[in-house]
Amino acid sequence: MSMSVDDLTRPRGNARSIRDAAATTLMAASVVAVMIPLVMVLVYVIRQGSALFGWHFLTSDIPTTRSRGGGMGPAVAGTLLITGFASLLAIPLGVMGGIYLNEYGRNSRPARILRVLSDVMTGVPSIVMGLFIYTFLVLRTQALSGFAGALALAALMLPVVIRATEEMLRLVPDDLRLGSLALGSRRSTTIMRVVLPAALPGIISGALLALARAAGETAPLLFVIGITTTTNWSLSGTNTALSVQIFRNATQPFEGAQQRAWAAALTLILIAFAFTIIARLVSAALTRRSGAT
Amino acid sequence: MTDSMPHQVDILLVDPDRHGVASDRAFRYISTAAGFSVLALLALVLISTTGAAWPAFSGQGLGFLTSTTWDVPNNEFGALAFAYGTLVVSLIALVLAVPVSIGISLYITEVAPHRLRKPVIYSIDLLATIPSVVYGLWGVRVFAPWIDTRYETVAGWFDSIPVLNTLFNGRPVSGVSFMTAGIIVGIMITPIITSLTREVFATVPSSLREGAYALGATRWEMIRGAVFPHSRGGITAAVMIGLGRAMGETIAVALVIGSSSVVTARLFNPGDAMASIIANQFGESTGEYRAALIGLGVVLFFITFLINGLARVWINNGRRKAGVT
Repeated sequence: MSMSVDDLTRPRGNARSIRDAAATTLMAASVVAVMIPLVMVLVYVIRQGSALFGWHFLTSDIPTTRSRGGGMGPAVAGTLLITGFASLLAIPLGVMGGIYLNEYGRNSRPARILRVLSDVMTGVPSIVMGLFIYTFLVLRTQALSGFAGALALAALMLPVVIRATEEMLRLVPDDLRLGSLALGSRRSTTIMRVVLPAALPGIISGALLALARAAGETAPLLFVIGITTTTNWSLSGTNTALSVQIFRNATQPFEGAQQRAWAAALTLILIAFAFTIIARLVSAALTRRSGAT
Repeated sequence: MTDSMPHQVDILLVDPDRHGVASDRAFRYISTAAGFSVLALLALVLISTTGAAWPAFSGQGLGFLTSTTWDVPNNEFGALAFAYGTLVVSLIALVLAVPVSIGISLYITEVAPHRLRKPVIYSIDLLATIPSVVYGLWGVRVFAPWIDTRYETVAGWFDSIPVLNTLFNGRPVSGVSFMTAGIIVGIMITPIITSLTREVFATVPSSLREGAYALGATRWEMIRGAVFPHSRGGITAAVMIGLGRAMGETIAVALVIGSSSVVTARLFNPGDAMASIIANQFGESTGEYRAALIGLGVVLFFITFLINGLARVWINNGRRKAGVT
């Protein structure tokens, strides 16, 4: 039998090839190992959550803990309101910050320090941001509100958006900037009309991913938004959110409360997944439209 | 001068635009201010939380960090038991998550056929999209009751082995324990460690891989001889960032750790961790009690900041080195 390349690179039947096969099996097994909890969590949330999930659940008021049925309308409204306003605060500021890091700061010392600082801030526990807004705002104004919750989520999102924006701006080739400047455009015009549009798909997708993350956060909201059982579309006054409702109902001994927790979990996962999918679609669509890159 | 061209480009892009019109300058100032907002945020977080925690720091003195007594009626607040809980849960999570994450990363970068890569990556990302509180709900309602009786079986296996018979022992309360919290957190930090190590493995030059294969190495020998030595720093940084995440994990841990402020080596016993006790007790606290809980947050902030800072500096140094060679 003649030797093929395969025989040379993949020796069979000896200790070395057995070790190689064992290692490969372990790698594939790790993938399977992590799929098990993923599937289990999703299956349980869908199975337990779909019992109550529906239009009525999404819109009606939160009943007392002991009663069955009812809905999570106020929590759905709270989650959308709080994360929506948080994005309104964090995304423009974060994009501008990313512009500073990549377009003005580049490799200067302050930019390098701010870059590391942003990275480090993305790892700060989210409950610290909750404590921050509690001590900074709630203690002073003596008022729990959706606004305070939005501030806490915005503080959490800001470093993520800054770094995501910077990474995307870095991919824009310098030729585009030089071309625009050579035509006599100002720096700000170059950035707003040439650089930013080129990086937009990535920036939007990064911002939406940060938003999806923020929508699921519980710890920053726990002490700063208070509680309500009726829908409050205002940034002032106490509010509630899906994540907080799940946390409060998870350890309740009453079946109705647990059922609402599961259905709220299903709603929250659907919201988070929706933002994630939209992020991918937006970036795919805009990339296709703008041609290459 | 051969390097004058890139040098000039650099000046064009970095130097302040002195002759710019007002709007141009305003844009620059606004974006600079936005860039420094992270620094302002950091300063505000530090000042505001430390200030609010001060009554507890000055009231308890060094005992806040060295005492294990958390006695609310007697105003005695020692954080050590919770720091211990945080450490134990994080270590369990790392022991479970790190090998699995490295395995997944290697599978994606070295083994998987091209059309399988994207689906595997998306599934891991999906795992990261599931909110912490949903893991907590699943943990306390499904996983803890399931694993409750199995802890006894496992304890039986290690009954006669010293050290291990202490570690793998204890009495969980309907399944909630250090171990349950560690397993859940392990699942939660797997996506972040996976994506960081995957990035590290992807930077290994293919010349190293080809060289190892050309010497007749099997894939595993190539990974051990070429991929791992090149990735050591990156893997360490990924583990540290995972550790930081695990320590800060609040809501899921609060639901499955069992709320008991006892220092014990028995991993199947209920305990409590720094982040989870803040979530569980903040609502009912007042005065110095509340200040002590905020103090736990400040300590947590310092620890995670330090760990993440070291890891990031490490990563950046590694990148610079890789860029030079």
